Amino acid sequence: MNDFWSTYGFPFLVMLGQSLLLLVVLLVIIAYILLADRKIWAAVQMRRGPNVVGAFGLMQSFADLGKFALKEPVIPAGADKTVFLLAPLVTVILSMAAWAVVPVADGWVIADINVGILYIFAISSLGVYGVIMGGWASNSKYPFLGALRSAAQMVSYEVSIGFVIITVLMCVGSLNLTAIVTSQESGLATMLGVPWLSILNWYWLPLFPMFVVFFISALAETNRPPFDLPEAESELVAGFMVEYGSVPYMMFMLGEYVSIALMCALMTIMFMGGWLPPIDVAPFTWVPGVIWFALKCLLVFFMFAMVKAIVPRYRYDQLMRLGWKVFLPISLVAVVVVALVLKLTGWHG
Amino acid sequence: MILQTLFFYLFAAVTVASAFMVISSRNPVHSVLFLILAFFNSAGLFLLLGAEFLAMILVVVYVGAVAVLFLFVVMMLDVDFAELRHGALQYLPIGGLIGLILLIELVMVLGAWVIAPDVSATPAAPIPPMGETSNVAALGQLLYTRYVYFFQAAGMVLLVAMVGAIVLTLRHKEGVKRQDISQQVARTPEQSIEVRKVPSRKGI
Repeated sequence: MNDFWSTYGFPFLVMLGQSLLLLVVLLVIIAYILLADRKIWAAVQMRRGPNVVGAFGLMQSFADLGKFALKEPVIPAGADKTVFLLAPLVTVILSMAAWAVVPVADGWVIADINVGILYIFAISSLGVYGVIMGGWASNSKYPFLGALRSAAQMVSYEVSIGFVIITVLMCVGSLNLTAIVTSQESGLATMLGVPWLSILNWYWLPLFPMFVVFFISALAETNRPPFDLPEAESELVAGFMVEYGSVPYMMFMLGEYVSIALMCALMTIMFMGGWLPPIDVAPFTWVPGVIWFALKCLLVFFMFAMVKAIVPRYRYDQLMRLGWKVFLPISLVAVVVVALVLKLTGWHG
Repeated sequence: MILQTLFFYLFAAVTVASAFMVISSRNPVHSVLFLILAFFNSAGLFLLLGAEFLAMILVVVYVGAVAVLFLFVVMMLDVDFAELRHGALQYLPIGGLIGLILLIELVMVLGAWVIAPDVSATPAAPIPPMGETSNVAALGQLLYTRYVYFFQAAGMVLLVAMVGAIVLTLRHKEGVKRQDISQQVARTPEQSIEVRKVPSRKGI
């Protein structure tokens, strides 16, 4: 029995504690990311945004949480009850499950698995089920149209995301997320003879076109504007979420923002050196890695928010054209080119 | 080992139960959702075997892409299951035969481990011990060297299928306004705006 405790019980408790800590921190960050999203949006349109609850509206997300939790959940009469309630659960659980393999600092990861990036890719490709199930189970036209759009959209953009990931993996030579970050410790800057300027070491510079393709595909994959066709309010009211209210609706929103944060983290890890400091000299190296990681994620999120505020929504055929006729050929060619360059220059071991 | 056994039974039981539900549930959409659950739990079984790459690929390809299209089609089709059940009995002999063949094959594959345990020790390509090399590296070494022609041939077959599907469905309608983004971007004010002096009370 003692043996069982030391092999399974104790590690399990440690893992449980780590997961809880990560989730709590993540959810608090999500609450403020949501606020930041609205504030940035407001600032671009010269409004004030939420400013009533707490100083500068800082408690707005928590007030919203209370409001959602206290409302009565309404299930439409013609809905498929089980699937209807399962859909938001699927969305939120899947988006959180992907965080299990994200290294937020050197060694700060719950499960440091060999196929980390494939795991994230697999889990985020399942996010579409929440949307399809929700749209179908609502038994109504607009949600269903939203679900169909979203299914096609997410499947199309996954293809280019997959190819972008492959180009990064070829440079790294491993699928482990920690290895992806540590491989960015040396690169272009060390080759140029300025090893202290480590910002040049990261993959965003040599793989810049891929960085752009991934950023735009991430917008489409998370149904963010300008690709928010599944919930285009000017055409479909609220898309797949029309029939949802109170806690199920909140779970959809939460799942959406958690997966947005995940995409920010993924971009940080793959292209922006994860927890590595941007300049490898004294005051910057003192800052703990998790702070750098969070700052970089927030930078990416700021770009997400600015895109939402600035860019008008795509039409559906334009969206499909961009995915299949622009990004797919670009990323396919990039895979070949990167492989060729790596082979000819013998860059990675 | 207790935990592994426990998880094996969990995954296996859910897989079998959901596979049963796939064929027995009345609503075709529920069937597909149970199919997804079955896929997911088989991925769990792969993980227990140490085939992590295979597990992830199963989720990415089957759950993330194939099952989405399944679901897509099943939702769009108006399938009347009562009517489908109606003629099911006349296909029973063929179905039973195929099931029997599959069962025999499974027994032969699994039986080989019991009847001749040393067969698995002499595969065509040696399996590197786990821990020495990762799943992905081992698979890649084999696929891209020893089996590269088969790999390429499989790719060609898929390509032909894809091209065929596109050729069958592509209709180029005449007389439809199309958007050419490069043309739109290349347009200059001189080409598209004409400034005219409008005489008062006359118009153009």
